Amino acid sequence: MDARAITRPIRRGGGSIRPSGAYWIWYILPALLVYAVFMAYPMLDSVRLSLYEGTTGARRFVGVANYVKLFTDAVVSQRFWNAFGNTWVFFAFHMLLQNVLGIFFAHLLTNRTMRGSGIYQSIIFIPCTIAVLVTGYMFKMMLNPMWAGPTLKNIGLAFLSRPWLGERSTALTVISLVSCWQWLGIPTMMFVAGFQGIDEDLLEAASIEGANNWHQFWRIKLPLVIPVVGMIAILTFVSNFNAFDVIYSMATPNGSPDYATDLIGTLFYRYGVAGEHPIGIPEPGLGAAVSTTVFAMLLCGVIPTLRATRGKE
Amino acid sequence: MTRSFERERRTPAAPRTRSMRVMNMHIFSHVLLVVWSFVALFPVWMLIINAFKSKREIYANPFGLPGAWTLENFTSAIRDANYLNYFRNSLTVVVVSLFMILALGSLCAYALAHWRSRLSGAIYFFIIIGMMLPIKIATIRLLEMMKAFGLLNTLWSLFPVYIAMGIPTSIFILTEFIHGLPNELYEASFVDGAARLRIYSSIVLPLIRPALATVAIYNLVPIWNDLWFPLIFINKEAQKTVLLAVTKLQGQYATDWPKVLAVLTLSALPVILLYLMMSKQFIKGLTAGAVKG
Repeated sequence: MDARAITRPIRRGGGSIRPSGAYWIWYILPALLVYAVFMAYPMLDSVRLSLYEGTTGARRFVGVANYVKLFTDAVVSQRFWNAFGNTWVFFAFHMLLQNVLGIFFAHLLTNRTMRGSGIYQSIIFIPCTIAVLVTGYMFKMMLNPMWAGPTLKNIGLAFLSRPWLGERSTALTVISLVSCWQWLGIPTMMFVAGFQGIDEDLLEAASIEGANNWHQFWRIKLPLVIPVVGMIAILTFVSNFNAFDVIYSMATPNGSPDYATDLIGTLFYRYGVAGEHPIGIPEPGLGAAVSTTVFAMLLCGVIPTLRATRGKE
Repeated sequence: MTRSFERERRTPAAPRTRSMRVMNMHIFSHVLLVVWSFVALFPVWMLIINAFKSKREIYANPFGLPGAWTLENFTSAIRDANYLNYFRNSLTVVVVSLFMILALGSLCAYALAHWRSRLSGAIYFFIIIGMMLPIKIATIRLLEMMKAFGLLNTLWSLFPVYIAMGIPTSIFILTEFIHGLPNELYEASFVDGAARLRIYSSIVLPLIRPALATVAIYNLVPIWNDLWFPLIFINKEAQKTVLLAVTKLQGQYATDWPKVLAVLTLSALPVILLYLMMSKQFIKGLTAGAVKG
């Protein structure tokens, strides 16, 4: 994806077809301005704000004090590392389930002689179109033992009726599973595209050589779709380190019970925007320090990936 | 003999002793896919059917179809909660943002696909890098900017954020698409003496319609479903979006579950209906973000 490569065919057209940059810039400027003013600038300026204390008007430069507080302060750092660890657990659930199930279902869906693949794909993808907030409230209700508890007891499934979201030991796991349920469609479709892109001749040759389905899957197909896993890892990482709605709806922005489900996204919301419970006074500088930490982590993963995919084309 | 050979050609992946085994495998695949379809649909099904039950029936009969279907939950949610107002706000936000993303994005992509220079390459990379960075990171500064502009508590605070958020992907998809158009198209038009802006509006725009649809769907779902920015920017009843209103109604009706479910169903319905009408484009559009890197 090189922008210079894009314009190559146009050159043949001659002088009048190639106006100068001074002409084209007017086409580019509106989009560039909106992007620069409302995305690039506030993103970069948030980094600067992480070095300050207080809000507009009464802002004071404090150097790296916000980071020191975030990483080492007795109370704040405990919350931060707790949320940081929880987010990695959340991420691990997604990576494990989405990749294993995604590859599995995509492999079933790309079988050429099976009918109805399109219908299955449409159904599996439905959860991806629902708002995370709606999913969260919906599951919160279904997981409430008051709702279906008596019925489940009657049909001998009483073990399913537990305060899943109320116990430290299960809350984060259950919420992670709900989130995996919602998003499984996207990695599955990416793997479907990956399997469909495999050269038929390769499989035919393998089949003539005597490779059975099992060998073809492990030795040929799987290695060829492994690059998709890298892409999914980046996307999942970006969305998981910003996940907020699912915790907000299922466990309140405080990550209840007792911060067991607190993620970086909810921590950022409390420190930077809403204020830590129960005082409720936001510290924009501290919030900016949280978002800058995430920003730095993302850049470490995103820029090499972008370079790698650009280089390939 | 010939027939069997042809079948072999069509299904190169099938093993030699295929007839029975392929049949068996497919039954096995269907069973697993039906199970997964059930898992994917069950919660949505529960959401919808329970919204039609009475407050008492929802506990007595949580899984079955309603004994007595009632629209009361929906009508009271629409009437008491002023749902139509929230709906209008969400629709305005989506329509205005999408229109601006497509207009600004296609204009910019048209130029980036034709202008060849070091500067245009740099601009392109600067914009594209935004595809991978979530705008949430900029929240603290954006909140102060909106406060300074006096846009808090209005829909105007949402437009620029959503437009900025949609621009990188739209430029990536559209630039690539415009670049793929045959060059003769432009040459012929130049002979006719058409102005470049007219070529854009009368030749390029109609041709890139499929790509515009992908961009529109890619942005439509996250904008309609966004909670974060309305939650932070808007606190005035009249300016709330559907999703923001859902958080409020969820608290208000906390003990009246069927009513909460009716509100949730109403908020999810527009996108689900649109999805059912054009699921192919949705899958393509929503995974476009995934393969965009």
